[in-house]
Amino acid sequence: METKDLTCIGCPMGCSLKVEINQGEPVNITGNTCKRGEDYARKEVTNPTRIVTSTVIVEGESQSVVSVKTREDIPKGKIFDVMRALKGVKIQAPVHVGDVVVSNVAGTGVDIVATREII
Amino acid sequence: MINYDIVIVGGGPAGLAAALSAKEHGVQSILVLERDKELGGILNQCIHNGFGLHTFQEELTGPEYAQRFIEKLKEAKIAYKLNTMVMDISSDKLVTAMNREEGILRIQAKAVILAMGCRERSRGALNIPGYRPAGVYSAGTAQRLVNMEGVLPGREVVILGSGDIGLIMARRMTLEGAKVQVVAELLPYSGGLKRNIVQCLDDFGIPLKLSHTVVDIQGKDRVQGVTIAQVDENKKPIPGTEEHYTCDTLLLSCGLIPENELSQELGVLMNPVTNGPQVDESLETSVEGVFACGNVLHVHDLVDFVSKEAQAAGKHAALYVRDGAERHSDQKIPILAENGVRYTVPCAIHPERMEETQTVRFRVGDVYKNCSIAVYLDQTCISRKKRPVAVPGEMEEVVLKKKDLQAVPGLSRITVKIEED
Repeated sequence: METKDLTCIGCPMGCSLKVEINQGEPVNITGNTCKRGEDYARKEVTNPTRIVTSTVIVEGESQSVVSVKTREDIPKGKIFDVMRALKGVKIQAPVHVGDVVVSNVAGTGVDIVATREII
Repeated sequence: MINYDIVIVGGGPAGLAAALSAKEHGVQSILVLERDKELGGILNQCIHNGFGLHTFQEELTGPEYAQRFIEKLKEAKIAYKLNTMVMDISSDKLVTAMNREEGILRIQAKAVILAMGCRERSRGALNIPGYRPAGVYSAGTAQRLVNMEGVLPGREVVILGSGDIGLIMARRMTLEGAKVQVVAELLPYSGGLKRNIVQCLDDFGIPLKLSHTVVDIQGKDRVQGVTIAQVDENKKPIPGTEEHYTCDTLLLSCGLIPENELSQELGVLMNPVTNGPQVDESLETSVEGVFACGNVLHVHDLVDFVSKEAQAAGKHAALYVRDGAERHSDQKIPILAENGVRYTVPCAIHPERMEETQTVRFRVGDVYKNCSIAVYLDQTCISRKKRPVAVPGEMEEVVLKKKDLQAVPGLSRITVKIEED
């Protein structure tokens, strides 16, 4: 049995988690103070994921970029693939929060959505 | 002369939440004054996620969090002026502001809410030796350049200071293709949230060097490199520990300072620890009818707590407009911060005015392990909260109960302190 110490990134409390791992599977998680911590620990030792936030160019507007994010978390190993896929993406105003900017980004099955209004 | 019941200085997260809350508590005549070209304040450039877990039970980015409040403000038909700079607030609450369209504005308010936020400690305030080349930015300036103006300020980066904005920018610039070589922190602990060390530095293999500082900046026109060195327990560089980094950019994330020029001109009593106004349970300053909330009061880690504090300020300002002098209370009990507790907000309580419970927020001055946060009413300890670890970078809180305060006749002081086990 292997144990791993983690810091939860689910919220700013940053709980210290201990995960007992048996043959690659988390079997016991302690130190979390909510359900998010348990979910984070399980994912972190099997398939760590992150939400990626960035910007893309808005054409012909005074505001030259609009902020975007992956609608859900994506595998950590795909972060730079997502960034590469966003390079050179240009969209037209108006943009609304939640508009899909790139669908199925870098084959993750997750969409890139706008996080701000450009009118 | 224009008249409003409540004038709010600043249209960032604090100003927006205060305005909505004041309206919910019955005040119709509210004006928000914002000096930028849009509402939302610093949230507009904080495009990372992690906002709103408390307020909306979901994880939002900064602009999304701001947008929810801006929409509500518009639905509530609360008046606001953009590109408008407040120049002066008088103690009888005459607000002088200016903008390009209307020139000088004189606005008479019954109550004023200070929500101006904070700004970053600059290089000039840090006394870093060396030339003054281009390429030295505060982390927040770099954040604005990358996230709002679409410009990458450099490619080879060293960051001094491990405040949250610096950590967030270490990740952001890495994602945009820059090489962040190191984050140096003067103190033996990080000033940022643990989660940001994990997801902004550890995820990308960026080293964090504690007890290190920048001792030289090279380059005359543009930064060409910096030298960092380890510091001793007195924060003095240790000769022989210097390391050179070739870089074109130095970001500074070395603390935030509440922006209180207006408050000081107005004559509100300041807290020298927070650099913000001294406030009571109603978030009212020493000038009657002037309230303060958000980062102008004390620097927060979490916008959710700013919103909550601002809602309280908005509510109390509304009650002040309604009740005026009737809410006068003679009994005012100071809250003392002792033994490791650097300050408290509020720093005094009127028991008659307080609600059933009152949250008192504070920061500790050092890293404490296995300690307790104790609250005393005069000499009597009424609560001890065990904390496995308390760090200066993370705000702490205790909750006072009205019935506890009322149970002590002639109560003269409340003390919050750290007790090591």
